Amino acid sequence: MFNTFIRKFYYGDIPEDNAGSSEIKKAQAPPSEGWPLWEIFIRSKQGLDHKHVGSLHAADAAMAIENARDVYTRRQEGISIWVVESKYITASNPEEAGELYEPAADKIYRHPTFYQLPDEVNHM
Amino acid sequence: MNVEFYFMNAFTDYILHLADSTLILSQRNSEWCGHGPILEQDIAITNISLDLLGQARNFYQYAAALSSNGATEDSLAYLRKEREFKNLLLVEQPNGDWGQTVLRQYLFSQYQYLLFEQLQHSSDEQLAAIAAKSIKETKYHVRWSSEWVVRLGDGTEESHARMLKAVEELWPYTGEMFIPAEYEISFGVDLASIKKNWDEKVTAVLGEASLPLPEKVFMQSGGKTGTHTEQLGYILAELQYMQRTYPGAEW
Repeated sequence: MFNTFIRKFYYGDIPEDNAGSSEIKKAQAPPSEGWPLWEIFIRSKQGLDHKHVGSLHAADAAMAIENARDVYTRRQEGISIWVVESKYITASNPEEAGELYEPAADKIYRHPTFYQLPDEVNHM
Repeated sequence: MNVEFYFMNAFTDYILHLADSTLILSQRNSEWCGHGPILEQDIAITNISLDLLGQARNFYQYAAALSSNGATEDSLAYLRKEREFKNLLLVEQPNGDWGQTVLRQYLFSQYQYLLFEQLQHSSDEQLAAIAAKSIKETKYHVRWSSEWVVRLGDGTEESHARMLKAVEELWPYTGEMFIPAEYEISFGVDLASIKKNWDEKVTAVLGEASLPLPEKVFMQSGGKTGTHTEQLGYILAELQYMQRTYPGAEW
């Protein structure tokens, strides 16, 4: 049996491993040494955008697609999958939320709410 | 015994053979549930197990519909004895390590894919329909398992050694797939052409995995006609325990 040590990543953690590649990895470390984390994006229907649905571990991109297929689409949730290794996602720092987002809070004139819409225009 | 009766029985036997191989492999794979080497692969192998169970149900339902003795898909799966099961010996072999499991899956799925490819053109509409529906699943099983065989075969020193052992362990059970049982001759597919294609594909995949093909191996047979290895009894004991202990029990 495999003596598996599952590495736990918290959301937003970026693993350091250098293992991103679209080629099938033949020589690879066993799972216990840590497969990299991949972020999974699923398109649920034709015409909709790919949406982030979660993350999972895989040795390479090909395996990440297959794992995503099994983990995230087995109940017919999707028709297309994108995977990207988590370390390639750069996230904004939550501590900078103040200067990044708060200045927008009191700029109501940036919302198109000051136009008089004719009655014929629905669903705006 | 009139001719029509004989053919009907042979045909039912053929469907049961197809059903039994998928059911037993499904049962074997399901033993990994909760024990997979990593969460994502645990889900992958149990998904395959469920695919195979779905295929088995389709075949059993069809066999039950053809029977005249009131058989149901459940009675066929849960109340037949070891000698009545017609599955390939390959699928009843133990899971071993992950390498042995993925190799068993690959050797079987590659065969099943070629089988369904022909069966979907069968003159029997129901068999053709089941094959056409199942072949998409099988195509994925081939892809998933062959990639694993290559990863591990051409992987680390240890994974390579384990795959060599898995090949040695399972190879003697591959010959049976291509020896037609009596009931297969009238209804089955052209096993000779399947063997040719299977040899080509398997040689390519094992080659990529740096695993030499065994030569001059004595091939085991008998599963198709109910002579099994010692493994099947234990599988059925677990599979049939509930129905045998509480006959007719339902969810």
